[in-house]
Amino acid sequence: MILTEESIARIREKAARYPIRKSAILPAITVAYRQVGYLSEEIYGEVSQIIGVPVVEVAEAATFYTMFPKQPVGKFLIQVCHNISCSLLGAESLISYLEEKLEIKKGETTPDGLFTLVTVECLGSCATAPVMQINQDYYENLTREKVDGILEELRSKS
Amino acid sequence: MTFYSPVITNAAEVAGSEKLHLLRYVEDPDQHKVEKFEEHGGYRALKKVLGGMPPEKVIEEVRNSGLRGRGGAGFPAGVKWGFVPKDSPQPRYLCCNADESEPGTCKDRVIMERDPHAIIEGMAIAAYAIGCHLMFIYIRGEFGHCIERMEKATEEAYARGHLGRNIYDSGYDLDMIVHSGGGAYICGEETALLNSIEGERGMSRIRPPFPAIEGLYGCPTIVNNVETLSAVPHIINRGADWYKTMGTEKSTGSKIFSLSGHVNRPGNYEVELGFPLRHLIYDPAYGGGILGGRKLKGVIPGGSSTPFLTPEMIDVNLDYESLAEAGSMLGSGAVIVFNEDTCIVWAILKLIHFYRHESCGKCTPCREGTAWLEQIIRRIERGQGKPGDIEHIEEICDNILGRTVCPLGDAAVMPIQSAIKLWRDEWQYHVDNKKCLVKSEFALR
Ligand SMILES: Cc1cc2nc3c(=O)[nH]c(=O)nc-3n(C[C@H](O)[C@H](O)[C@H](O)COP(=O)(O)O)c2cc1C
Ligand code: SF4
Ligand code: FES
Repeated sequence: MILTEESIARIREKAARYPIRKSAILPAITVAYRQVGYLSEEIYGEVSQIIGVPVVEVAEAATFYTMFPKQPVGKFLIQVCHNISCSLLGAESLISYLEEKLEIKKGETTPDGLFTLVTVECLGSCATAPVMQINQDYYENLTREKVDGILEELRSKS
Repeated sequence: MTFYSPVITNAAEVAGSEKLHLLRYVEDPDQHKVEKFEEHGGYRALKKVLGGMPPEKVIEEVRNSGLRGRGGAGFPAGVKWGFVPKDSPQPRYLCCNADESEPGTCKDRVIMERDPHAIIEGMAIAAYAIGCHLMFIYIRGEFGHCIERMEKATEEAYARGHLGRNIYDSGYDLDMIVHSGGGAYICGEETALLNSIEGERGMSRIRPPFPAIEGLYGCPTIVNNVETLSAVPHIINRGADWYKTMGTEKSTGSKIFSLSGHVNRPGNYEVELGFPLRHLIYDPAYGGGILGGRKLKGVIPGGSSTPFLTPEMIDVNLDYESLAEAGSMLGSGAVIVFNEDTCIVWAILKLIHFYRHESCGKCTPCREGTAWLEQIIRRIERGQGKPGDIEHIEEICDNILGRTVCPLGDAAVMPIQSAIKLWRDEWQYHVDNKKCLVKSEFALR
């Protein structure tokens, strides 16, 4: 099993609240994603067993949602919003700056496995643009200086 | 996890106002806790309703208030609730739409983060009004902090007897589920949202039947936006007539506008409907003018799906009718401001890329059309445009508009059509000269 006892318990607890089993798919894969960091065939299989829904139905729903990576990513998944409000305040330049600092292109992971850089659509944080999300956390009103500080802090945490 | 968005709000102004109410307590660091919420008069409206106000009376009050949906379409909330069949033996459901994915929009997030019980109270009143015993809030998955806040608030509400069995000894039972999404804009569209809760791919359904008749699990269902539901307790406490003293005759009440882009003070501002757009952008208490002292080029007044306004058109009031008359829409109330350094082709490319990415793929005009549009517009933007490209874009837009299962198709083309209409010479320049008339190079500060 990839999923921990704790994740399984959380999934069971959530699933029990819905009128139909299938409704538990999205909550279950969310729990799995939070634990593992990405989704895979194995995870669909485990989720299918836990909530009692055929694995094809789990996979069918899961693959629709772009928020869940479908293969391993770096320890820190940097998701930069490149939608309109952020672009007006320098999102393109933010992406280039991150590419330069991390020495990777968007879509790639640093060789040490620490950072993956991707672009995402509007994060619902448009009045504090430009914005990026790293794993669960939002970083808003970004400047070069802030980006430097954030990367340094994450490096020291790892 | 970081909890508070550093977004600017006009909470102080709201607190000093007799009428504005949605953002009143959002700068109070304890407002998210149930004790503080109660201290500020929270759950009084729910008590009033469960203390003997018949459901029809609740619906009537909300209908009379004129409250219209704040999620984008502006449909009157009380009228929608009235569509739920009275004598159906089926369960009924309420879903609060907290998907907040329309580019430019960041208002519901602030309520979830800082005043989550206001949403729960509004939801509970709506649930009671339509005879629902299980309600959902569908929150976009990226908003981890909001999900946590809403889950905690839900637990607190159960613990204090605002949710659960026999609430306030009224005999009314109500449960609540916090459901989080997976990063799909289309799941904000109400029928796709319902499919998503059912564990299906988040694709839109053909209407009719409308959700009020046949929604979640095939049962009567009401979907309302966070901000819509948050206004409900105030209407119950103070009455429909009070609510109508705000705003205009047909656009009653107040609304939060998310102001973003090239302004000095981007933020979330609650104002009465009918507030002048020019004030919102230029008044030092709100936007404080165009960033860097540049000139205004254009404004999207209601979120990325709404047509542009030029500087000559911004003497318009922010209400449903005035914006429609000006050729645009109030939408979700997301005002995006562009300065003179913005290339319109570049801006449109950002938007069409988004809509192509978010199309659920169910119907051909939207799925194929948005992909073509992105291809052609990208070509023009890169200086490889060909004669006839602009006309071709217009033709594709015409073939999408009004021919799709859900309004995402229309949402994708309306800003493009308006951008070509208003800045046609700039598009032409781009095609003829293989480059931008103005170059959008916005540096990171
Ligand atoms: C593509 C698309 C995306 C939408 N996204 C949202 C959203 O994120 N939040 C929202 O409240 N409404 C959204 N809506 C509108 C909903 O379909 C629905 O009209 C609304 O939730 C009803 O609530 P209201 O009447 O309170 O506004 C969207 C509509 C479309 C077509
Ligand atoms: S218009 Fe687009 S998003 Fe809506 S149902 Fe059709 S393909 Fe899906
Ligand atoms: S446009 Fe970047 S958060 Fe909305």
